[in-house]
Amino acid sequence: MNRVESAMRDLTHLDEVARQQTWLHRIDARAKAITTLVYVVAIASLPRHAVLEMLPFAAYPLMLLLAAQLPLRVLTRPLLVTILLGMAIGAANPFLDRSPVRVFDGWCIAGGWLSFISIQLRAVLGVTGAIGLIATTGMERLCHGLARLGVPRGFVTQLLFLYRYLFLLGANSAAMSRARDLRSNGRPLQLSTYGSLVGHLLLRTLDRAERIHAAMCCRGFHGDIPLGESDRFGPRDAAFVAVWCLVLIAIRVSHSGNFPH
Amino acid sequence: MRPSVFASLARQRLFEYYKVWNRNTDSVESRRADRFDPTDGVAARGSFQGELNMHMADALISPAVGGAMWLASAGLTAYASRTIDARSDGRLVPLMGVSGAFVFATQMINFGIPATGSSGHLGGGLLLAALLGPCPALVVMASVLTIQSLFFADGGLLALGCNIFNLGVCPCLIAYPLVFRPLLGSHTNLRRVFIASLAASIAGVELGAAGVVIQTALSNRAELPFSTFLLLMLPIHLAIAVIEGLATTVILGFLWRARPDLQPTRSQPTGYSQSVVPVAAGLLAAALVLGGFVSWFASTRPDGLEWSVAKATGSSPLSGSTPLHAELSRLQEQSAILPDYGFLGDGGEAPAGENEASSAHWPAAQLGSSVSGIAGSLFVVLAACAVGWVSRAARPKREPS
Repeated sequence: MNRVESAMRDLTHLDEVARQQTWLHRIDARAKAITTLVYVVAIASLPRHAVLEMLPFAAYPLMLLLAAQLPLRVLTRPLLVTILLGMAIGAANPFLDRSPVRVFDGWCIAGGWLSFISIQLRAVLGVTGAIGLIATTGMERLCHGLARLGVPRGFVTQLLFLYRYLFLLGANSAAMSRARDLRSNGRPLQLSTYGSLVGHLLLRTLDRAERIHAAMCCRGFHGDIPLGESDRFGPRDAAFVAVWCLVLIAIRVSHSGNFPH
Repeated sequence: MRPSVFASLARQRLFEYYKVWNRNTDSVESRRADRFDPTDGVAARGSFQGELNMHMADALISPAVGGAMWLASAGLTAYASRTIDARSDGRLVPLMGVSGAFVFATQMINFGIPATGSSGHLGGGLLLAALLGPCPALVVMASVLTIQSLFFADGGLLALGCNIFNLGVCPCLIAYPLVFRPLLGSHTNLRRVFIASLAASIAGVELGAAGVVIQTALSNRAELPFSTFLLLMLPIHLAIAVIEGLATTVILGFLWRARPDLQPTRSQPTGYSQSVVPVAAGLLAAALVLGGFVSWFASTRPDGLEWSVAKATGSSPLSGSTPLHAELSRLQEQSAILPDYGFLGDGGEAPAGENEASSAHWPAAQLGSSVSGIAGSLFVVLAACAVGWVSRAARPKREPS
């Protein structure tokens, strides 16, 4: 399978998972977006040597991923890429920070190793939080929620359009890549062929944009996609935000005093 | 039979099996059948090449840096959205949508880099700016990065502001109007497209890479020293920029040959407001912030040039040795409004011990530094405006045709 097909398969899987109707999927998108933002900021605000203090935060993404029943396979590539990036940038930490840091009573470890592990943990928690949000919300509901939270309509319209045509152009691109791969006998894609391949995809894209515009004008389009009625922000959604934000803030505050610096 | 030909035939046979098997399964199962994909071996070689691009990650930034970059990127994206709303005829909306999907799909197609054995892919910011103009391109890049951060966790939610700035603002709002358009002019021959794309890619990608280094250093999560990290990132991203420039050249070359009607014209707007007032206000605000606040953080150590000369010659380059130099130096001190970036007597005349004591409290709010910074910044802005005005006045008037 080529890279485009692999990415499209993950995207399709996430889209299918997001269309489920569990209790968590029925929670308003705004509630989940706000809670995820608090979660991300709480993790980022932990000091650089925080490792054990970070573990309780895993409860939130675990809840999201278990509710979405997302297979681990979909998480593998993003986790691997993020951890590789974190390892590349944090690789110097163990060598440059040799200051001893007390972990337990009578148990010390070099500060650089702690900050190195902390970067990897932050990466894992950040990735699972973001993917958990989209797997339990879906792009359309999230866009509705963002619009209700005050994100400019132009940007929300662009997000919806992009997401709608992502599958179409992704399939086009995957088919073209597969056709080239089957004819290339294992040779890498040459630059001149790349220009022609991607150029043709671009020409199709531009033609498609013209057709879409004409079709939308026929349906009374005036530059703005109507978002329709959004879900009502009910007491259950308010309770979700309140409980999780309190839990996350409590975990963060409970560790604020006893960090080694 | 040569092994490569045999491999090709085997792959075709496997593909036939795959198609038959795929036809006999339902839609959900057919997606899972991809594990039997015959082209696995073809693509596996490059599957992680080019993945380590310069997406900033949540793990590397602090909330203060992430929040500040969120605000900056959200403000610029909102400005770009408003500009589009003001001049859009509705045609741009679907075009932006499908262009974003195009960039998203194209970023996953790798091409071989000649004579290196490695591969690269398109970033897309510069290409989008060339197709749509800078402001729509920024909105499209912001949407692509948002989808990537949500679905593929490229970067992260807190780092989204950093990524929009590094990968969207730098190529679309800086490299395209200031490098690409002036270099390209109204010519669209392949040589000019190549020069403009390469220069603009280098400017945009290196600025973005420098942004990653600055944001990481300010966040204080990684131990890597600022200068070492910068020296690592800039050469690596120079190679990435060359790949971006090559990819942009071949795509634009193909497109403008196939569709000459899409070539840029001299009269095509760059996407910025024609009014000078918002630009001047932005420059003034930046000058005041930089001069009035950031100047507190100015290092008391010698600057790079002084340090280099001192290392090379073994002595301070600022010590005058001839009578003429001493006289000129005395004249300069007497005439300087703000000597050594402070008020007369508050810095230059202080004893050495006091200077050391004050440097221990760095950064400290210093009125002299602030006034010097603001005055200096205003002088630079005024001088730049004066040069622009003079050059405009000196330009021969074109007769209306």
